[in-house]
Amino acid sequence: MSQNSGMKTMLNGIIKENPVFVLLLGMCPTLGTTSSAVNGLGMGLATTFVLLSANVVVSLLKNIIPDKVRIPAFIVVIATFVTLVEMVMQAYVPALYDSLGLFIPLIVVNCIVLGRAEAFAAKNTVGKSFFDGLGMGLGFTMALTLLGTVRELLGTGKVFSMTIFPENYGMLLFVLAPGAFIALAYLIAIFNKLKKA
Amino acid sequence: MAKLESTFKNMVLVLTGITIFAAVALGSVYSLTKEPIAASKKAKQENAIKEVLPEFDRLDAEELISLEGFEAPFVLYKAYKGDEFVGAAVQSYSGNGFSGEIKVMVGFDPEGAIVNYSVLEQKETPGLGTKMADWFKTEKGKQDIRGKNPEINNLTVSKDGGEVDAITAATISSRAFLETIRYAYSAYKQDYDAASGATEKTDSVTLNQ
Repeated sequence: MSQNSGMKTMLNGIIKENPVFVLLLGMCPTLGTTSSAVNGLGMGLATTFVLLSANVVVSLLKNIIPDKVRIPAFIVVIATFVTLVEMVMQAYVPALYDSLGLFIPLIVVNCIVLGRAEAFAAKNTVGKSFFDGLGMGLGFTMALTLLGTVRELLGTGKVFSMTIFPENYGMLLFVLAPGAFIALAYLIAIFNKLKKA
Repeated sequence: MAKLESTFKNMVLVLTGITIFAAVALGSVYSLTKEPIAASKKAKQENAIKEVLPEFDRLDAEELISLEGFEAPFVLYKAYKGDEFVGAAVQSYSGNGFSGEIKVMVGFDPEGAIVNYSVLEQKETPGLGTKMADWFKTEKGKQDIRGKNPEINNLTVSKDGGEVDAITAATISSRAFLETIRYAYSAYKQDYDAASGATEKTDSVTLNQ
């Protein structure tokens, strides 16, 4: 496989088939964890790791997994990686683990992860699956960080906890759930406009 | 390599194989991260105790205080400087938060006044209830609860006739927070009375719910 096609597979995940802005997959963690830029970034990176590892392992095992039990097999692989991430985060970045809380174990049921395992990794080579997982993960991370940044800035006047304007002028709405929907909708609109141009 | 057929034998073998690999991977990472997880939890606990108490150089082993009507016990740490008792930190909780349980470490001086507090765990609304981490130790209006004694001061929100200003737009979180403080004081007092041999111990613990 050439360098070029790996790059292309990766960019596909980041732009053309961005999981959040284009495929609209994994909306639950997208809306739930993006109350600040750091949370969005942390969630994105955790999901990237799981996507990447699950894609590679599923692609390696694709020939020895009988068709009828492929979904349970994929889920076991994914759940294993999620639990690994959870334990490592709890041990080395407890603050981030505390703020993401329940959303880490819920990566197991994030439809992007199973979706890529089923739709891509089970049909493609290990190398391609690696780049697909990386691209999808980075696309997800980028979207979550962007959404987190917008919400944190409009809601509390900070970006990555650095004050841009005083908190009193922030619109609390954007930190809460409705603000997540509003901000996401505008970001999707902007993203689609830019993609066409 | 051709794909394995979905026969019963193949399916059982493959799934068993995958789960065994998963179990081995999880088991080894668990044993690797067990120590750091315990250490980071302990460090968090110790920092919280240091934050809420006056300077001390020795801590007693933790004591578990059960209060009537509560399922889980409250944890109490007594602190000494030299031989002098300088105060106690109580880990308290309330299940009445806006979303789930709130855990707070509260420090009391020997007279029973609040030295400081630290929120250990909460799942309140970001930007509203989460402000409890600083709100009640900010000198502004009637927010500050430091230096107040739950015995003398009525530590409930002003809406309920108390002396403390609730967090703007987060009255439920504020109520639950103040509840943890009052429970902590009850636990502290029960222990204090027991230690000083007071006879009216059972009556003195009245919960201001």
